[in-house]
Amino acid sequence: MNTTTLAVLVPLLPFLAAAAALLLGRTFPELARPLAVLPTGLAALLAVVVAVRQGGGDPLDASMELTPTGSVPISLALHLDGFAVLTAVLVGVVALCVQIYSTGYLRDDPRYASYSALVSLFTAAMFLVVYSGDLIVLLVGWEIMGICSYFLVGHYWETPEARAASIKAFLVTKLGDVPFLFGIFMLADQAGTFRINGVLTEAVSGDGLAHPTLIALLLLAGVAGKSAQFPLHTWLPDAMAGPTPVSALIHAATMVAAGVYVVARLLPVFAASTAALVVLAVMAAVTMVGSALAALAQDDIKRVLAYSTVGQLGYMTGALAVGSRDAAIFHLLSHGAFKALLFLCAGVIIHAAGTNSLAAMARMDGLRRRAPDAYWTLAVALLALAAIPPFSGFFSKEAVLGAAEHAVTGDAGAGIPAVAGWIVLVAGLATALLTAAYATRLWLLAGGRPLPSAVGKLAPGPELPGPELPGPAAAEATTQPAAEPTTVPGHPAKTPFAMNAVLWVLFLPTAAFGLTVGKLPDWLGGHSLAPTLTTTVLGTGLALVGVLAMYAAWRQTTAVAAATPLGAVAAHPGAEPALSEEEAIASHTPAYGDIAAAPGTSPAGRPMDPGRILLGPALYRAAGRGFHLDAVYAALFVRPVTAAAGLVRFLDREVVDTYVRAAGTTPRLLGAAVRRLQTGNVQTYLSALLAGSLVLAVAAVLLATTGTSGG
Amino acid sequence: MHLAYPAVLAVLLFCVGLYGVLARRNLILVLMSVELMLAAVNLNLVAFDVWLRDTLHAGQSLALFVIAIAAAEIGIGLAIVLLVYRTRGSSAVDRLRDTAESPPGSASDEDRPAGEEKTAVRGGAAA
Amino acid sequence: MTRDFLSPTGVEIVFVLVGIVVLGAALLTVSTKQLVHSALWLVVTLGGLAVEYLLLTAEFIAWVQVLIYVGSVVVLLLFGLMLTRAPIGRSPDADSGNRWVALGVAGAAAVTLVWVVVDAFRTQYIPLDEAQGTTAVMGEALFRYWVLPFEALSVLLLAALVGAIVLSRRKSEAEAGDEGTKS
Repeated sequence: MNTTTLAVLVPLLPFLAAAAALLLGRTFPELARPLAVLPTGLAALLAVVVAVRQGGGDPLDASMELTPTGSVPISLALHLDGFAVLTAVLVGVVALCVQIYSTGYLRDDPRYASYSALVSLFTAAMFLVVYSGDLIVLLVGWEIMGICSYFLVGHYWETPEARAASIKAFLVTKLGDVPFLFGIFMLADQAGTFRINGVLTEAVSGDGLAHPTLIALLLLAGVAGKSAQFPLHTWLPDAMAGPTPVSALIHAATMVAAGVYVVARLLPVFAASTAALVVLAVMAAVTMVGSALAALAQDDIKRVLAYSTVGQLGYMTGALAVGSRDAAIFHLLSHGAFKALLFLCAGVIIHAAGTNSLAAMARMDGLRRRAPDAYWTLAVALLALAAIPPFSGFFSKEAVLGAAEHAVTGDAGAGIPAVAGWIVLVAGLATALLTAAYATRLWLLAGGRPLPSAVGKLAPGPELPGPELPGPAAAEATTQPAAEPTTVPGHPAKTPFAMNAVLWVLFLPTAAFGLTVGKLPDWLGGHSLAPTLTTTVLGTGLALVGVLAMYAAWRQTTAVAAATPLGAVAAHPGAEPALSEEEAIASHTPAYGDIAAAPGTSPAGRPMDPGRILLGPALYRAAGRGFHLDAVYAALFVRPVTAAAGLVRFLDREVVDTYVRAAGTTPRLLGAAVRRLQTGNVQTYLSALLAGSLVLAVAAVLLATTGTSGG
Repeated sequence: MHLAYPAVLAVLLFCVGLYGVLARRNLILVLMSVELMLAAVNLNLVAFDVWLRDTLHAGQSLALFVIAIAAAEIGIGLAIVLLVYRTRGSSAVDRLRDTAESPPGSASDEDRPAGEEKTAVRGGAAA
Repeated sequence: MTRDFLSPTGVEIVFVLVGIVVLGAALLTVSTKQLVHSALWLVVTLGGLAVEYLLLTAEFIAWVQVLIYVGSVVVLLLFGLMLTRAPIGRSPDADSGNRWVALGVAGAAAVTLVWVVVDAFRTQYIPLDEAQGTTAVMGEALFRYWVLPFEALSVLLLAALVGAIVLSRRKSEAEAGDEGTKS
């Protein structure tokens, strides 16, 4: 089989698996697991084979036009270049890992069959987006991903959070998809083709596109929606109400990266407009700084990771804003690996802890003993996230910062504005500091309670669980379900083997992917991705500063935290991890207050959360709520729409319905009047009949006589 | 003889029958009035047949047929009248008002089946 | 041989006189309060009409009229009155409430039709010099030209007979069934 056939099989296999699982999953539940894992694994293998065969050489194009569709032809086109095949490998590997992980994570879930089918369908759609050489085909995959995301976020639909989050994710991404569609149409209209190659040729040709800024901004709206960039990022933190493997696959590694990937594919279109690049840069800067601040204040471990995802995607768009798609894709690949790992670790930890609240985890004993695999892989993945040198995140982030530096110095090539470079560089460095800080916070808090000796030295207080309860937290304890400060050591929450194994599989690229930095330019655009000295020193130094500052803050809080018990007990510790997570989601708000923000202070008013010390109370509160962006949306969109809906309801009920009711009442009254005529008396009927015919006869006679007399 | 005489007589006879059909209460009297109307038609048929000197005598033949059919009609009609009388206990035309539209919510809807039952019992007793 | 010595004008005079009688009897038929009298006045009406047929030289029709109408139909009607327990003597509710409407409709119809008929036929004259409806002529016409309708009519009569029997018997059968179940 040639490479093209293999590449066609890659999206086709998960698609067929999804169809088969949807059809058979209910009847033969034992088939659901093989149908989920095997085709995905095969597709991942084929993606690797395609990547090896393509080998970073010339782009491979194949297309087939199914039917003439009118003015602009739509073709089933494949475009395999280094970007595509590498991204496909990432998608395949992460999807495989997630499917294997899910067999353990949702091992008793009654809806596992449809869940795995949707994941397979999503995988197929993502492959389609990656391999597609035609904008409409790409759009098909793009929308299938959106709907799969909607269904999968709402997997725990028993909880109101998941229902609201799925609808929010769908609506917000659609808000971006509509302009995206128009952008595609404008692009195709001007280029005369939907083929990406044709579009790009047109974009860099002599006259270029007629309205590059407009098109770029329209496309950007869709990208912002899909890739969760400011201001359409608000759906992603809420989408964490979905199962953790879904978060890992869709909301960290692949779908949210699809927006970045599309911009990377269409980069010449964006590069044609300086304004679009500056907008892209500002968007990326706001996104990464804001999300990093928000991540510092989140209590839900998955929301921290979600904001971190938003921030890392900001890095990628920043790299694109300075015209370096190599750096963007590089960061996409490494981020996909370590963020998937982070999420999967979070899933294990949530299961082990029985809660998704960091504040509660920080007070637990033995988390690192009960989930050692998760704990240590989490550490490495967080180091990669914080861009600490030997790990993959360091190289890719330095590639982004290096590209920004090139833009500043003017080495990046014509058409790349230096101001974009400055924006990305400054924001990127600030974010490096913040990222390191929140990564440290996450690790320190999720690691459980520090060793008793350390706590004892800092704050000689009651250590045993017993005396803690009636302590200063008695008021809180009454409102918390089973306010057990520590989890019993014999917690039976065993992590399934499949889940731990997957963690170590993903550990490899997280730790070592950066070493490919020398080979990668052969596959990608050919620019060097090696770290430059200035940015390395600046970025790593800032990251270390962030780590140290957070550590210092944490040391201050441990004493207070230890004195303020806060805990959770999983209702079903022995059940499948998905059930633990669902219960954790459902109980978070009643137990710990708002899902977004941690209880930052003890009842005595002393800060318990290291993030609060660093940010200050006001900023901490604002960041915890995502800078009140949801409230802004509520004021800008929700309230006008609700008011308009109220108006429409009023018009419908009071105005339109009046006509409808009148249309019903009038014939009824007429009918009541006519009904009186129906007396049942045959003689009356007959009289009326004969009188009528008599009148007719007289009329006919009169007409005839006048007619004859007249004629 | 002037044609107008039998023609006018037939017209007047017909209208008298018409009045009877519309005004009489007893079903049998209504049937009699129908007979009057049929007789008026017969008179017309005969008069015009004689006037036209039809070789086939279609008018008179038709008059004969009408007489025969009227006899059959009387037979059937009387059978129906007797049936109505037996089930309803009355042969008054203006009391046979089952097809009347009762106003919605009135009591007549509930009353009627009971009334029917009663008359049926009475009719059965009479028979 | 009456038409030999009666002049045409004489025939007309007799026709009008008999016609007045017929009309009067018909009016009494539809207006009398005594139901049985109504049937008897009907006899007078139909008998008078038979005379009129004779005057129109349709003697066969006249005899058939006397035989069938006066002989059987009126008897049937009297039977019907008897079976439905029509009151003997004056019954004040012989006319329904529709009476005035009926009077209006009938009067209007009479005016219209008389006007139309007189307007149409006032100049037409029936020559009565040759008998048009003797039994011989009618028999020839019926059984030569009208034999098929005649036979069809006999089937109709049979059907009416059967129908009348079925209508009258349905109730008694149901009652017989009831009695059978009771006993």
